[in-house]
Amino acid sequence: MLASYVAKRGHSMMDSDLSPQDKKDLDKFIKFFALKTVQVIVQARLGEKVCTRSLSSPTGSDWFNLAIKDIPEVTHESKKALAGQLPGIERSMCVEISLKTSEGDSMELETWCLEMNEKCDRDIKVSYTVYNRMSLLLKSLLAITRVTPAYKLSRKQGHDYVILYRIYFGEVQLTGLGEGFQTVRVGVVGTPIGTITLSCAYRTNLAFMSTRQFERTAPIMGIIIDHFVERPFGNVGHMHPCIYRAPGEDEGAYNGVEDSQEVCTTSFSTSPPSQMGVPGKEGGVPQQVPVQPCHGAQAEHRRVSSCPPADHVPATPSSSGEDAETSSRSVGVKSGSPCGLLETTFTRKVGAFVNKPGTKVTTASLDLPFAAFAPRAYDLEENDPMVQPPESSATSSPLQGSLHSQGSGESGGPAQDDFVMVDFKPAFSKDDLLPMDLGTFYREFQNPPQLTSLTIDVSSQSMAEDLDALPEKLAVYEKNIDEFDAFVDTLQ
Amino acid sequence: MNCRSEVLEVSVEGRQVDEAMLALLHTILLHRSTGKFHYKKEGTYSIGTVGTQDIDCDYIDFSFVRVSSDELDRVIRKAVGEFKDAMGNGTDGMGQISLEFYQKKKSRWPFSDECIPWEVWSIKVNVVNLANEQERQICREKVGEKLGEKVINIVEVINQHEYLPKMPTQSEVDNVFDTSLKDVQPYLYKITFQITDTLGTSVSTTMRRLIKDTLAL
Repeated sequence: MLASYVAKRGHSMMDSDLSPQDKKDLDKFIKFFALKTVQVIVQARLGEKVCTRSLSSPTGSDWFNLAIKDIPEVTHESKKALAGQLPGIERSMCVEISLKTSEGDSMELETWCLEMNEKCDRDIKVSYTVYNRMSLLLKSLLAITRVTPAYKLSRKQGHDYVILYRIYFGEVQLTGLGEGFQTVRVGVVGTPIGTITLSCAYRTNLAFMSTRQFERTAPIMGIIIDHFVERPFGNVGHMHPCIYRAPGEDEGAYNGVEDSQEVCTTSFSTSPPSQMGVPGKEGGVPQQVPVQPCHGAQAEHRRVSSCPPADHVPATPSSSGEDAETSSRSVGVKSGSPCGLLETTFTRKVGAFVNKPGTKVTTASLDLPFAAFAPRAYDLEENDPMVQPPESSATSSPLQGSLHSQGSGESGGPAQDDFVMVDFKPAFSKDDLLPMDLGTFYREFQNPPQLTSLTIDVSSQSMAEDLDALPEKLAVYEKNIDEFDAFVDTLQ
Repeated sequence: MNCRSEVLEVSVEGRQVDEAMLALLHTILLHRSTGKFHYKKEGTYSIGTVGTQDIDCDYIDFSFVRVSSDELDRVIRKAVGEFKDAMGNGTDGMGQISLEFYQKKKSRWPFSDECIPWEVWSIKVNVVNLANEQERQICREKVGEKLGEKVINIVEVINQHEYLPKMPTQSEVDNVFDTSLKDVQPYLYKITFQITDTLGTSVSTTMRRLIKDTLAL
């Protein structure tokens, strides 16, 4: 009895090496570290440069003292993958980055793994050292994400291919990376419950890509030809395109508000815990920075009520370019389930070359690129955005945004013609004051009528007629043979 | 306390020197900068937020991340510019630029404060001249790959979590951090360089550029 009591007490003493506050803080740090890791990776594969501002005063919502934006869909997907658990021993969180071409070929490029092993560092200070080392590790992740081969590919994504991401939890899967994949370790952080490691395994064999040109090609001016009405990037129900939508959109779809309750502790102390409340010593040896449960808790308590939700923090001014970015509906809403099972309503931001949606639209109606154009291409010129572009600012790649909207499962949109003709106004042309204006001329020039002699029907008819008329013609020629001879003489 | 010393070597073309040095120095400083400290009562302090931005190189197939601080960028660019000028234009040569992190230790009068380095990064640069555009194109890609390897090396070293100065009290913060910038707070650092001529001998015109030093009074 005594032995079992001692054994039980011993076990519980081991568990209680970490104080409840430390355990709570550590779990929170690991959770937000995982979420921020995913954000950094996905944002590094958006295809554009990332820029965030430094702020001399903390806002309370910038975890790990780093300005890393939260893209709502990515947070949503991360939380869905985690499903209330935390990365731990034999429970790794992975972000898989792959490439999908317009022809439907796909290839895994890299897999980022957030893992934990059993090596514990029981003496480490959670609220200070672990937190700061996680911050350092995120900085390393920012640096390394620009160095792996997928970064350059993602910067060139567009018409020919897109970059997709998938988050999963559990066992790491590297078989899709092909032979000879390389691994780079980003870093480690020791904690009292295990050592967190962050690494990336990336494909080195890009042979399938070497035969194709992945250069960005500009569309033919004025005419948007939809090469693939049935989504080329379909059947990727579990994958999501690496695109960014400005915050403030579709917040109804993602309830990230619960995160606002978990603000990061930005307060640290230069006093050891036993001297809490005593001013830091002056002029002496700098104090070891300790855990500061009191202050941390106070900071949290103070800030929960006043801090705006993390998801609603507006993008920093220097990234206003990203705010103005398009988008058609991101696919991120529909994950894991094909065929558009989620009929989420949302309001989308209007990009260039897109019909202004008057009201909210559902996801089903966005199955096809330029679906808004197709049924109405031949009339209602006043609604044609190519003729009267919407006032919202154009993005650098509206096509990219539109193309990326199709990443989710098929939902069987209506059959469409292969080509979508959109009327256009050429630059510098005036309204149709003359019968033949520049636009009409250009169209006719582009599409000249076919020569009648080249059509099969006409040629087959003329052949029969020619044969019938041949004897008559020969007779005429023989009659005029002297004229022909005289002509030939003049040529010599 | 031993000072940790790391050496990185790169070979670049003349016009790539600036960007290669900026890429490596900024990568190191990204890891060695924090947000601004704001000391409050009872010995607590809060830390500001560090923003980051992607920089694309023009002469190298490479992109890197630096701290979003124009002030810091100006200081580093100035130092790199001086290094490049010292290396000379259009000539082969070798040089070394060093980024040294140090702590100040106050001494009593008449002795000046002591600067104790705790981490030194030395970047050895070998400048080559290329004959034609094709070679330059190959060099763009090769140097880009090399810089990627160097970034991985830097990250490996930094994540070994060896010595870092203890967090200072308010009165000591200027002995550990450079608090002169408005938006970020790197550890105290200085950038120095020396040029070697093609024969490999150290020339007498070794130049020392001190960005933040108590001797610059």
